Amino acid sequence: MRYLPLTDADRRDMLTKVGVKAVDDLFRDVPASARLPGKVAGLPDHLGELEVERAFQGFAAMNVSPASVPFFVGAGAYRHHVPSTVDYMIQRGEFLTSYTPYQPEITQGTLQYLFEFQTQVSLLTGMEVANASMYDGSTAASEAVLMANRITRRGKALLSGGLHPQYRQVIETTAHWQGYKAVAGKADAAGLEDLIAAVDKETSCVVVQNPSFFGHVRDFTKLAAACHAAGALLIVVVTEVVSLGLLMPPGDMGADIVVCEGQSIGNGLGFGGPYVGLFATREKYLRQMPGRLAGETVDADGRRGFVLTLSTREQHIRREKATSNICTNAGLCALAFTVHLTLLGEAGFRRLAELNHAKACALADHVAALPGVEVLSDSFFNEFTVRLPKAAAPVVEALADRRILAGLPVSRLLPDDPDAESLLLLAATETVTEQDMAALVAGLKEVL
Amino acid sequence: MVVSIDRSQGRAGGVAAETAAPAATFTGNRALQIEEPLIFEMGQPGRCGVDLPEAPKVKDRLNGLRRAGEIGLPGLSEPQVVQHYTRLSQKNYAIDMGVYPLGSCTMKHNPRVNEKVARLAGIGDLHPLQPISTVQGALALIDSLAHWLKTLTGMPAVAMSPAAGAHGEMCGMMAIAAALEAKGERAQRKIVLAPESAHGTNPATAASLGFTVRPIPANARGRVDLAALKAALGPEVAAIMLTNPNTCGLFENDIVEISQAVHAAGAFFYCDGANFNAIAGRVRPGDLGVDCMHINLHKTFSTPHGGGGPGAGPVVLSAALAPYAPYPWIVKDGDGWRVAEDGAPVDGRPLGRLKAFHGQMGMFTRALAYIMSHGADGLKQASEDAVLSANYVMAALQDVMSPAFDGPCMHEVLFDDGFLKDTGVSTLDFAKAMIDEGYHPMTMYFPLVVHGAMLIEPTESQAKEDLDLFIAALRSLAERAKSGMAAEDFKAAPRFAPRRRLDETLAARKPVLRWRPSNNPPGGDPLKQAAE
Repeated sequence: MRYLPLTDADRRDMLTKVGVKAVDDLFRDVPASARLPGKVAGLPDHLGELEVERAFQGFAAMNVSPASVPFFVGAGAYRHHVPSTVDYMIQRGEFLTSYTPYQPEITQGTLQYLFEFQTQVSLLTGMEVANASMYDGSTAASEAVLMANRITRRGKALLSGGLHPQYRQVIETTAHWQGYKAVAGKADAAGLEDLIAAVDKETSCVVVQNPSFFGHVRDFTKLAAACHAAGALLIVVVTEVVSLGLLMPPGDMGADIVVCEGQSIGNGLGFGGPYVGLFATREKYLRQMPGRLAGETVDADGRRGFVLTLSTREQHIRREKATSNICTNAGLCALAFTVHLTLLGEAGFRRLAELNHAKACALADHVAALPGVEVLSDSFFNEFTVRLPKAAAPVVEALADRRILAGLPVSRLLPDDPDAESLLLLAATETVTEQDMAALVAGLKEVL
Repeated sequence: MVVSIDRSQGRAGGVAAETAAPAATFTGNRALQIEEPLIFEMGQPGRCGVDLPEAPKVKDRLNGLRRAGEIGLPGLSEPQVVQHYTRLSQKNYAIDMGVYPLGSCTMKHNPRVNEKVARLAGIGDLHPLQPISTVQGALALIDSLAHWLKTLTGMPAVAMSPAAGAHGEMCGMMAIAAALEAKGERAQRKIVLAPESAHGTNPATAASLGFTVRPIPANARGRVDLAALKAALGPEVAAIMLTNPNTCGLFENDIVEISQAVHAAGAFFYCDGANFNAIAGRVRPGDLGVDCMHINLHKTFSTPHGGGGPGAGPVVLSAALAPYAPYPWIVKDGDGWRVAEDGAPVDGRPLGRLKAFHGQMGMFTRALAYIMSHGADGLKQASEDAVLSANYVMAALQDVMSPAFDGPCMHEVLFDDGFLKDTGVSTLDFAKAMIDEGYHPMTMYFPLVVHGAMLIEPTESQAKEDLDLFIAALRSLAERAKSGMAAEDFKAAPRFAPRRRLDETLAARKPVLRWRPSNNPPGGDPLKQAAE
C-alpha cells in the first residue's frame, strides 16, 4: 500500500520492542463483542492511483461542467476566473499540509497571510477588524446573530426578506435549537421591504443582504440609525464579495457586523464548498467576535512576528463559556482569497467589479427585450431577478437539455412561495461572453 | 542584532537572549530565511497582477451607491505575488517536511491524487444550484462516500453537510435535542455529561444548545469512572459526550457497558469521532452502541489541514436519530439521484439546515479518493500501523519520559511532565526545543487531566527510520533536560526557527489585528536605513 511506509519486517521489530506478539494485542481494550474478525465486510480493497483517477473521471463525466456551456447561475456562489497563481500557491505543501498555527515560530507563513487577509477584509467591508475566516457565508451569518444576541443581551433577530433563503434557514435552525427568536420577512422579490418600523426594544439585530438575494442594491444608512436608536445591531450580509469593488461598503452605511461569502475571490464553485466566510465588526465588539484572530507582536529578538491571539474567547480555553464552538476555520480558502485579491490589487479589483456590472447590465437589456419577460430588479450588481410568463423551473430544465445553464429558478429555494414560481435569478460575471448571452436569448425564445 | 529584551511570554525566568543572538546581516535575512514585509508595505500604484479588459461604459444600475474613495488595496505584479507567498510558505512547518506528531490532530500524509481529482472539470467547478439533472455524478460521489462512512461505522444514516468537527457536534447534539423534543423530554433532560478530558468543543457545543455540562471523573487508568457515570445518570440527563479512543489515547474498555447504562437511563450517546483513525476498518462504532458520531474527514481520511481548515464533519446517526438529520439529503431515485432540500417532503422530521448548499464537496472528493486508494484492507492496515507506531514511541521513550498511563495506547501516547520535575524545563520549553531539532512539537497542555501534558501522535505515515530518529532526538532532549545543566538553553529555544519565542502577552494586551500605515515594522526597510 503506497501510503504506508512500514514493512512487515518493521512491524515485527516494532511489535518486539513493544513487547507483544501481534497487533491484535494492542487492541485488547476493545470489547470482544466489537472486535471484527477481519476487514469490514462489503467494501472493496485498495486501488492504484490510475484506477482511482478513472473512477473520478467517471463521476465527472456524469456532470455538466459550467466551463463547457453558457452559464448564468449565481444565488450565493459565482463563477469567476481564478488566476493560475492562486491554485499553485495553495497547493504548496508548506501551506496545504500545515495545521492551525499553534506554534508561531514555525508557522509565520500562515500567520502572516491571515494577518494580511484580516486587513483586506477590513478594507473591503469598511470595518475596523476582521477575523481569520469562518466556514462560509451562511454559518458566518448565523454566528453574527449569536454575537449580536450576546452584545445586546436580547434574543430577537429580524431577517430581511432579501436574505438568501438558505442563509435564513441556517439562522432559523440555530435560533430554534439555541432558544432565541428569528423573525423572517416575506420574500422580497420587488425590493420594497422597509424594516425600520419592525425594529423594537426586543430586537437584537436586523440582518439584511446587499445586494439582496433578488439582486437589489440598497442603502441601509437609515436602517442602521434606527437599529442604533433602538439598541440593536445592523448585520449586513454580502454573498457576492466582488460587489464591494464597486459599491459603498457596509461599514460606511453604519453596519455593526459584516459577513460575506468570500468564494468569488480565489475559490472555485466546488459544488458548494469548501468556501470562506468573512467576518468583520467594530473594534468595540472585538471580544465578542467568534473565530480565530492573528495579531502582530515581536519575538525575543524584537523582530515583528504574528501569533493567534485573544484566544480566551475560544472553546479550547473557555470551554462551555466560549463565544462559539468553532475550532477549524477555512485557512486555505482564506489563503486563496488573499492571493487572488493581492493579484487584483486596487485597480484590478475595481475593474473586475466594473466588468461584472457591465456584463449584467448587458444581459438585463437583452432579456428585457424578450416578450413577456420583466426584469424586477430596479438596481443590481451582477445578478438580477426576472419574471417569466410561465413557471421558471421547467424553462431552466428545457434550456439545460439544450446545454444552457440559465440561472436559478427561485422556486427551488422557495418551494412553498407561489409568487416565486415564475421567477428566474440570472447572474453574469466576467466569464460570460456575448455569444453566451446570445445563446441564452435564443434558447429563451425557443422555450418560452 | 544585540538583544537584551525579556519577552518570554510574560513568564518568570526570562530569555537568556544574548547566548542566542545571531550575527547581523545587512538585509536581516539569514540565507534561506528571508524577511518578508506585508503586501501593504510592497504595493505601488500602477502595478497589477492581472490583465483584465476595460469594462464597457454603461449607465450603471447601482442605485446611486457607487463606492467613493480608495479601498486601500496594494498593487503588486504577478512575480512579486509569487515570491511573497513562496517566501511566506518557507516559514511554515508541514507534514510534507517530516514528523508532525500533533496529538489529536492526525497529521498524516495528504496524497496528491486527492488534490488532482478534486480539481477535475465536472467536479471542482460545479455550481451547487445548477439543475439536478446536470450534477448526477456529484450526487453519486457523495452517496458513494456516505455508503463507505455508514459501512465503516456500522451506522444506518449519515448527515453529510457539517463543515468541520465542531459543526458536526452541533449537528449531532441538535439531533439529540430534536429526539428529546419528539419524546416530550427536552425540558426535563438538561444535563450533558462529558469527561474532563473532553475537547473544548464538546462543552462549548452543549452549552450553546442550552444544556448544562457536568463533568464525569476519570479513573486511575485514564478511562471514564463507570461507577461515577452510573451514579450521575438519571431522568435529567440528555446525553453523554465521549471521545473514543479518548483524548488520553486510550480505548474506553467499558464502552459497551457505558452505552447500555446511558440508554437504560433514557439518554443518548454522542461519540466525538476525532480519534476514529485509530480504529477505522477494525472496529465499528455502531457495535459499541453510539447514537451519533462526527467524522473529521481532515483527520481520519486525510483531507489536508490547510493551516487550519477547511475541514468537514459528517455525522453518522443511529436509527433513533436518523429521522432528525438536517437538510440537504441525497436520495437514490430509480436510476438517478435527487436532493431533498428544505420544504421537500421526506421521511422524518429534519432538524433544519446547518449550512448553505450541500456540504464540503471538495473534502468529500478528497476523502473518497483516500478511502478508495486504501480500500477495506488498507484502512485496517493504516489504523494498525498508527496504533503500532504510537506504542513503539511509548515503548522507546518510557524509560526517559513519563507516560501518563499504562499501555497499550491507541494511535497516540500521552506523557506528563513528571520527567521534567525539578529540571527548570517546562513542557513548553521542551516543545520549543523540539523545533530546533527539526520537528513540529506534540500537542502541549492537552488533555487537561494530566500535568504538563504532551500528546504524541506519530500516525501511520512515518517510516520506521524516521520514527527512530525522532525517538533518538526526544531521548537526547529528555536526557539533557534531566542533566539539570541545560534549563537556560531550553528557555532560549527555538534558536534556529524563522522566529524566536513570540510575545503573546503583548499581542493580547494591545491587539494589532490589521495593518495600518502607522504600524511600521521594528527595524524597518534596510534600503531606507542605508540611504539615511
